[in-house]
Amino acid sequence: MDSNWQLFLDSLWPLAKGAITATIPLSLISFAIGLAIALLMALMRMSGNKLVSSIARVYISIIRGTPLLVQLFVIFYGMPSIGITIDPWPSAIIAFSLNIGGYAAEIIRAAILSVPAGQWEAGYTVGMSRTRTLFRIILPQAARVSVPPLSNSFISLVKDTSLASLILVTEMFRKAQEITASTYEFMLLYLTAAGLYWIICLVLSGLQNLLEGRLEKYVAK
Amino acid sequence: MSPSNLLSVTGLHKSFGENQVLKGIDFTVHAGEVVALIGPSGSGKTTALRCLNGLEVPQAGTVAFNGGPEVSFSAKTTAKQAQVLRRRSAMVFQGHHLFPHLTVLQNVTVGPLEVQKRERGEVMEQAAKLLERVGLSAKADAYPNSLSGGQQQRVGIVRALMLKPDLLLFDEPTSALDPELVGEVLVVIKELAQEGWSMVLVTHELAFARDVADTVVFMDGGVVVETGPAAKVLGAPSNPRTQGFVQRLLHPF
Repeated sequence: MDSNWQLFLDSLWPLAKGAITATIPLSLISFAIGLAIALLMALMRMSGNKLVSSIARVYISIIRGTPLLVQLFVIFYGMPSIGITIDPWPSAIIAFSLNIGGYAAEIIRAAILSVPAGQWEAGYTVGMSRTRTLFRIILPQAARVSVPPLSNSFISLVKDTSLASLILVTEMFRKAQEITASTYEFMLLYLTAAGLYWIICLVLSGLQNLLEGRLEKYVAK
Repeated sequence: MSPSNLLSVTGLHKSFGENQVLKGIDFTVHAGEVVALIGPSGSGKTTALRCLNGLEVPQAGTVAFNGGPEVSFSAKTTAKQAQVLRRRSAMVFQGHHLFPHLTVLQNVTVGPLEVQKRERGEVMEQAAKLLERVGLSAKADAYPNSLSGGQQQRVGIVRALMLKPDLLLFDEPTSALDPELVGEVLVVIKELAQEGWSMVLVTHELAFARDVADTVVFMDGGVVVETGPAAKVLGAPSNPRTQGFVQRLLHPF
């Protein structure tokens, strides 16, 4: 028992380091890029141009219709066979960004559509262009609506980054696996990793509540 | 166009798919004139008003401001081509459509500051003056959600005035309000009319139209049925459709 306790304490720092140097930055970077892709896809999906909206539709369909693990493997293990070799980290960022881009596009589209049409017209009537109305009037209101579902996506992403261990990114879960390779204490290490994921997600849920509270007063009632 | 004409509307046609909403609308607004558009629901009066602000794009006809812009519509006219009309007119909506994420002050200054790029000091001074005159100075830093319906609509009016338009457009400005809040908004509109603002007003408040409007345009089925001085059209209408409509509104049961 005593040696287990010691192993738990000893493994905490390496695992936390994996979280700080890989799990968390990987999540943040991928989510930021993914959101930009998602906004673009949402706008393309709502475009009056049939070709443009079809491109977005197909993109979203492929991302949602294929497993994330397969997407990761296609980019990291598949691309070299057509002559494109990408390192583990960039591969992970590309795969996770594209994935968030597909899922969050529908969230953002729904949020934009939830803003009453009168808000667009009010923007136009004070002289704003479509683009300015979108960024100044519509998106700030859509933001509040999309915080809960986007938080969901982000929390899922944090946990999904564990898949990057399978393409050689040394994130938190891979650290745990490395320690088990020499100690054979699978239960202890994996539960410790699970606990750390849970703590990260608890912090994120707290941040979500804070953000929702801050944006609450801006919502049309 | 005679020099006192501010706006001439001729031959406006507008269809939504198969549904022909405007079938050739003509009217004029003189400088300083208050024109009330009245008529049964579905008559096209709100659509006609929205055409004046480029919020709807008609398929035929002309909207011409004295001194420009002038837009001659065809089936090919785009929303972008129609938006030049916003240089001269400003809209007050039935449902106010204030921006919920901006304070009252930001709501009324966002257009002048960010679109018209006017000087900040001048804009703030104008905003303070206008909010004061509608009795809402104390609410400058409040968000629209915390205001009553009547206060929201008064902010909506200030937002339109801030743009320094030559023509104010009101789309049933009191229809969404609780009855006890209607008066405070009508008072503001009446004062503006007395100050000489030119305006086009879509309204169901016939008593108000009679009191404030110089000219009444009665529309039905997408056409102008009768135009004339308010007292004449509302007091002694000559067209049987106008007579029926006025009767129904004055004596609903």
